[in-house]
Amino acid sequence: MTVSATTTKPAYLILENGTTFQGEFFGMHAEVTGEIVFTTGMTGYLETLTDQSYYGQIVLQTFPLIGNYGVIPPDFESSHVAPRAYIAKYPCRTPSNFRSVESLDTLLKKHNVVGLAGIDTRALAKIIRVEGAMNGKITSSPPTSADRDEVKAYTVRNAVAAVSPRSVTRTGREDSPRRVALMDFGAKGNIASMLVERGCEVWSFPHSTTAQEIMQANPHGIMLSNGPGNPADDANRTIVETIRALVESGIPIFGICLGHQLLALAHGYKTEKLKFGHRGANQPVKNTATGRVYITSQNHGYHVIADDSSFINVNDGTCEGLDYGKSFSVQFHPEACGGPLDTAFLFDSFIERMDAHAAR
Amino acid sequence: MPLDKSIKKVLVIGSGPIVIGQAAEFDYAGTQACRVLREDGIEIVLVNSNPATIMTDRNIADIIYIEPLTLPTIKRIIRKERPDSILSGLGGQTGLTLCMQLARDGFLDKMGVRLLGSTPETIDKAEDRLLFKETMQEIDQPVIPSVIATEVEAAVEFADDIGYPVIVRPAFTLGGSGGGIANDEAQLREIAVQGLAASPIGQILTEKSIAGWKEIEFEVMRDRADNAVVVCSMENFDPVGVHTGDSIVIAPTVTLADKEYQMLRTASLDIVRALGVEGGCNCQLALHPDSFEYAVIEVNPRVSRSSALASKATGYPIAKVATKIAIGYTLDEITNAVTGTTFAAFEPALDYVAVKFPKWPFDKFVYAHKVLGTQMKATGEVMAISDTFEEALLKAVRGAEIGLDSLMLPRLAVYSDDEIRTMLDTVTDERLFVLYEAITRGMSVDELFEITRIDRWFLHGLVNIAERAADPASRKPLVYKMVDTCGGEFEAQTPYFYSIENGTENEALPFIEKSEKERIVVLGSGPIRIGQGIEFDYACVHCVWALRSLGYEVIVINNNPETVSTDFDTADRLYFEPLCIDDVMSVIDIEKPLGVIVAFGGGTAIKLTQHLHARGVPIIGTSAESIDICEDRTRFDELLEQLGIKRPKGYGVQTEAEALKAGEKLGYPVIMRPSYVLGGQNMIIAFSPEDIVEYMEIILRSRQDNPVLIDRYLRGLEIEIDAICDGEDTLVPGIMEHVEEAGVHSGDSTAIYPAPHIDETLAAQLFEITEKICRALNVRGLVNIQYVLYENDIYVIEVNPRASRTVPYLSKVTGIPMCELATQISVGAKLRELGYDSGIAPTPAHVAVKVPVFSFQKLPGLDTCLGPEMKSTGEVLGIGATLEEALYKGRTAAGHTHDEELETELIDVNCLQDKLVAARLDRKGAT
Repeated sequence: MTVSATTTKPAYLILENGTTFQGEFFGMHAEVTGEIVFTTGMTGYLETLTDQSYYGQIVLQTFPLIGNYGVIPPDFESSHVAPRAYIAKYPCRTPSNFRSVESLDTLLKKHNVVGLAGIDTRALAKIIRVEGAMNGKITSSPPTSADRDEVKAYTVRNAVAAVSPRSVTRTGREDSPRRVALMDFGAKGNIASMLVERGCEVWSFPHSTTAQEIMQANPHGIMLSNGPGNPADDANRTIVETIRALVESGIPIFGICLGHQLLALAHGYKTEKLKFGHRGANQPVKNTATGRVYITSQNHGYHVIADDSSFINVNDGTCEGLDYGKSFSVQFHPEACGGPLDTAFLFDSFIERMDAHAAR
Repeated sequence: MPLDKSIKKVLVIGSGPIVIGQAAEFDYAGTQACRVLREDGIEIVLVNSNPATIMTDRNIADIIYIEPLTLPTIKRIIRKERPDSILSGLGGQTGLTLCMQLARDGFLDKMGVRLLGSTPETIDKAEDRLLFKETMQEIDQPVIPSVIATEVEAAVEFADDIGYPVIVRPAFTLGGSGGGIANDEAQLREIAVQGLAASPIGQILTEKSIAGWKEIEFEVMRDRADNAVVVCSMENFDPVGVHTGDSIVIAPTVTLADKEYQMLRTASLDIVRALGVEGGCNCQLALHPDSFEYAVIEVNPRVSRSSALASKATGYPIAKVATKIAIGYTLDEITNAVTGTTFAAFEPALDYVAVKFPKWPFDKFVYAHKVLGTQMKATGEVMAISDTFEEALLKAVRGAEIGLDSLMLPRLAVYSDDEIRTMLDTVTDERLFVLYEAITRGMSVDELFEITRIDRWFLHGLVNIAERAADPASRKPLVYKMVDTCGGEFEAQTPYFYSIENGTENEALPFIEKSEKERIVVLGSGPIRIGQGIEFDYACVHCVWALRSLGYEVIVINNNPETVSTDFDTADRLYFEPLCIDDVMSVIDIEKPLGVIVAFGGGTAIKLTQHLHARGVPIIGTSAESIDICEDRTRFDELLEQLGIKRPKGYGVQTEAEALKAGEKLGYPVIMRPSYVLGGQNMIIAFSPEDIVEYMEIILRSRQDNPVLIDRYLRGLEIEIDAICDGEDTLVPGIMEHVEEAGVHSGDSTAIYPAPHIDETLAAQLFEITEKICRALNVRGLVNIQYVLYENDIYVIEVNPRASRTVPYLSKVTGIPMCELATQISVGAKLRELGYDSGIAPTPAHVAVKVPVFSFQKLPGLDTCLGPEMKSTGEVLGIGATLEEALYKGRTAAGHTHDEELETELIDVNCLQDKLVAARLDRKGAT
């Protein structure tokens, strides 16, 4: 099937390794460079598009039929479409869902995000699997060697600063039994929702907030959110210092994804880049204490090097969680959206830790 | 938790004969289960009454009983064999019910036999309506609200409570007569009165109507450590109201947003946990199209047709993993066979869609009601994989062998728009084509949605197909992609391919480039249908195994998800593609095989012979030329004449006048059929000129390219022979005699081996004719010949130069590996080199009877009288020391009840075969 019967405009993709693909534009028609990562989730494209962790990246969907259920704003994880560009083999022109308000194409246009359709997405995913995550550029004319040089030179810096909020916001009822300070590095909306559902008022703080400022809010617990980029980026040093100070305060901390990595760095662990990351809604993790396996939603390119993990990835054995006693963190996304809700109980565990700490 | 070492000997119960609703998928599941048990060194006792199964092969299980699947028989087998465990979830509903009965009456406890897989409590909770409802309520899972009423007011009160429309079902009436859908109180009062009167016990079930909701299925896998994963989600094209077995199905779900998907996924996992299922489980749910409201429809705590489909759609072998779980493993200990490096504790990610299309028997059963509803009518199915719904659907339709290579059904052109609209109201096997016709006439997606409640996403897909058909742009060559369970995230080891049109990388090429062996393509037999069942898949699988052991690299092309041949480790490479010439040629173009074997895939493969030959593709085995002689009436008659062999006199006619003249010349009764048909389609016996007039009137309604054949009907003894010929020597493994007289289709006849009424002289004559035909046709492999004995003369009715329906049956009871021999011969071996002589093989001391099994109760409106058109869906085998005993067993296995119970002997088929081989070798030694 062609992507659009009438208005297709050729688009090209050139990779760092020189491979090119020819497809068609959808969304915004423009040239863009970014790091290409692939996700294997078959549903959840709206949650993916609005996940700030994808900042600076070109997201490739391995499932070819994307956009089937249109655009459903209540399902967004933030108000922004985060990726620099989006690659889907057959974006749906005629979506069908009772909550849909528009098509994927119009959403991307509205948010000035470039879409690339019609390429052999499986071939591209396999290149990334074999050679590792790499940069790419989407162009409107056949790519040149200059384009390739530009691709090679691309890096993302200060990613957290780019997506973290500028000011403090509060969600949940003021008379909630607990108050959680959320360090927002580009948080998915459902993290706060999960906490609010469990009787928490959530104060979201910009990434640059000091430990002292956070403590002034008298939180029962601290939530470290997901977010984009390399956790060991120099730009994150201050954040790691802040977290170290918060750890010393003894207040229970729960870290997710980047939050997990930063909490680990604050505890002296090291992080490193995975070949092509874990992105999808089908990643198995094992609780090392009980042997139980859970299917999780994941989106990360880096991992913590640890030999005392509380959770490990069943496929490659990498660290998926650490438990420090009062504080704990996971590499995967217990808040789901998109993906399985199997590990939502971790939020209950956070509540228990907060309550235990408060009762002391 | 690793393997439970206390499990040493396991009884596996098969599902018996193929009937509608229970087809080849259980042979696939059972075979996988046996392989897993064997890998772990567990002794296997197998029982199944269906001989046309791979699971009943000697290399699959240690002790094999082809015996009736009845409670007394299973008990006797348990007493004799003393297994320590029994596997419950692999033998379909038949196996599950037997296990439940054994557990319930305390027999398993008494014998110290453990039920592996789901426990009786689990099965009860899933199968007992009331218990199921209670269990769902305990875990807050919504079921379809219903009330049992004995008076109108109770029904009205209930409907006021839950809202209209409601469905009224009178208790104990056949096919729900007297019930209906009520949209308001007035209608309900009317229907309820009528329903109460119709019910012999004055009782009606009033149920909230969820017709039009989306029907969604999840295949769930859970282990004893409570790890649970969703292997595959599936969405029905047809909304609730059509049995999922009769619906077009797509995997994964395509119209559900993540929120809806996760809600139903979580519900399925909760249900499976509440039921305590260990192994595979199918959950069916209904989702309101305009809200988050849903209801649990039903749960099957076992492998099923859906799980076979899900296995092939994802590459995740559900039966294999379920068996591993049953013997103690947990999901994280079981390797993902596709990647070889990851584990079964994950959820497959697809980067394509799989579409299932049912195969209905209405082409054969023209008189059966074609309306689809809650009772499944399909005999089989095809699956097609592509990267778009549109392409996958087209492939599925093309591969379903219904005479269509698009969605355009020409005969619909004569109807008016209003008539088309009316036709859409009723769901039949042709509704997809009626929808397509409506779309090509410009009816809007919204209008069609209002009528059918089929999700607009699917309807838009049909619009896309119509747009593309109108714009025949040049088609790109196909490229092949792999089914790898993980969307390309991990490297896959299993060469399981499907084609797409829009791709740059062909993933099959590296496998072909590194191949150092000679390659042979084996064509499968497509969907299970009446006249072409699991027997042909059995034959294909044996052919593949034989070729692989000879050192060839074997490529299978097939599109039936239920079968062993489409298990990704049967052949070296599997192409899940339609068995149509263009699709097959596309594979041949890249594989460049030595040749193609068409002799094992039934009519589906045979009918491609001339097309392949015309394109210069070598046919391995009996030549395309010889195959044509058998198919072409004129050439066939000429051959028999040359050889001096008799056949019933007959003519080819074009008009009614010619037909009547022929009838007069031949003398009534006569057999009439269109030429070039398989399985006796539209074949009748005409007893008078009136019958001829009626038949010609019907048959000439559609244009006939070829003449109608009229043959004299010889009412004699029908004999069937399967022979193997290497061009010089001819081996007849056995001569079978039909109990029913000629005129009843051979597939519907009870066949006895050894033939009781054939003496040595007659046998010698039959052999002589068989040998003559084989030589004349230069047969290289198998041939099936049907004879009729009439007034002391032998007449040839039909010659099929290929594996027939009776090959698995005869292979099992004679111990002669017919498919292996035929395969070896087709690539150049000689019978004598393989240890066989020319002649009729020695007959065993036992008697074997093949008994047909029908699915009449599933197909109302069908005439249950047997005739030249085949009507049975499956078969069973009875083996006994005497004809009486064998018949008794065969009929019992086929579901007939007897007044008296007969003491029978349990026969291990493996032992039987060993004895036969020994006897044959003895005889050879003596000569």
